[in-house]
Amino acid sequence: MAHSTTLQPNAASAAYVDAPRTGTWDGGNEPFKASYGKLMMWFFLLSDAFTFGAFLTAYGLIRHKHGVFTGEAKDFFFSTAHWPIPEKVFNAFPGLHGVDLPLAFVAFMTMILIFSSVTMVLAVEAGHRMDKADVQKWLLWTILFGSIFISSQAWEWTHFINGTEAGTRMADGTIFHGANLTMNQYGPPLFADLFFFITGFHGTHVFSGICLLVWCFIATTNGTFEKRGHYEMIEKIGLYWHFVDLVWVFVFTFFYLV
Amino acid sequence: MSAHAAPEHGEYTGEIAKPNTAWIWKTFWILVIITAAEFAIAFSMTSPGLRTLRNTIFIVMTILKAFFIVGEFMHLKHEVKSLIWTILVPTALLVWLVVALVTEGSYVGEVLSHMFSS
Repeated sequence: MAHSTTLQPNAASAAYVDAPRTGTWDGGNEPFKASYGKLMMWFFLLSDAFTFGAFLTAYGLIRHKHGVFTGEAKDFFFSTAHWPIPEKVFNAFPGLHGVDLPLAFVAFMTMILIFSSVTMVLAVEAGHRMDKADVQKWLLWTILFGSIFISSQAWEWTHFINGTEAGTRMADGTIFHGANLTMNQYGPPLFADLFFFITGFHGTHVFSGICLLVWCFIATTNGTFEKRGHYEMIEKIGLYWHFVDLVWVFVFTFFYLV
Repeated sequence: MSAHAAPEHGEYTGEIAKPNTAWIWKTFWILVIITAAEFAIAFSMTSPGLRTLRNTIFIVMTILKAFFIVGEFMHLKHEVKSLIWTILVPTALLVWLVVALVTEGSYVGEVLSHMFSS
C-alpha cells in the first residue's frame, strides 16, 4: 500500500528503494548540523522558556503593583499592605522547628539541582564513550538528586500551606495560619498564588524529567541505545534536564533573592 | 553522532575511552561559587537604600549562571552560530516583555492606591 503512493523514480529497483536517501531534497541535510531530535528539543525548550518567562513576567508586574516594605529588614511584619521579604517567609528547615534559618533550605535545594545537572552531563559524556556502566551509574545519581529535590519541594509546600504557629491577624480579626489560593498569612493573596503556580509548574517539569530518566535507565539497561549505536536519547533528555535546572536558577533569583 | 565509529547493530565491542570530565567539574565549581556569592550578598547588603544595586548584581549573576548552564552543560556554545542565534534572539524578546510589564505594574499600583485610598 505504501509503495504505490510514495514518490519514487519509474526505474527504481528494489535496491534503490531500500537504500537511505541522502540528497539535499530527500532530507539528507541536517539544518544547523544538529540532528532532528536535538533540534526539536531545542525548539520545545524555547517555547517552554516563553511559558516560564510569562510566569516570571506576571510575577514582576504583580509584585510592582503592590506596595514595598520600606523599613529595615529586622522590623518586617506580614501584612497584605506590602509584598513580603522572601527570607522572612522561607526561613524554616526540616527538623529544626522554630529556628530562623533564612533561605537555608532553598540553598540546599539549589545545590541538589546543580549536582543533578552535573551527574546528568556526566551521563551524557559516558554515552559519548559508549560506556554503558557509567551511563547507568550517572543516570541513577541524577534520578536520586531529582527525587530529593522534588521531595524537598513537597516539604516546602507543606510548610508554606500549614504556616507558622503565630499566624497573622487578618482584616476580619481572625488569626490565619499558612496559605491557600485566596488567603495567606504572608502578605497579598497573589503572593501565595504565584508561589504555587511558579514552583508547582517547575516541580511538574522536574517530575516529568525523573520519569524520562527512569525510562532512559531502563532502556540503557536493556541495551537499546547500545544496539542503536549511539546514546543520543540521553543527550536529548539531558537538554531537558539542564533546562529545568536553568529555570530554577531564574526562579531562585526572582522568587527567593530579589 | 555521526562521528562515532560504533557498529550499527549488536553489542558494542570497541574500546571504552577514558572519561574526560575536567570541564564538567570546572563548570560545576563556577556555578557553586556564583551561588555562594549570591547568598553572601543576600545577607550582607540588607540596607533598603542598596536594594536596586543588590538586585542588579543578582540579575547579572543569574545571567552569568545561565550562560554557563546553556553554554557548557547544554553545549550551545559549541553548536553552529546559526543555531546559537536561533535560540538567543527569541529570548531577547522576553527582556523587553519584562521591562514593559514591570513598568506597567508600578503604574497600575500607583493608580489603584490614588484612586481608592483617598
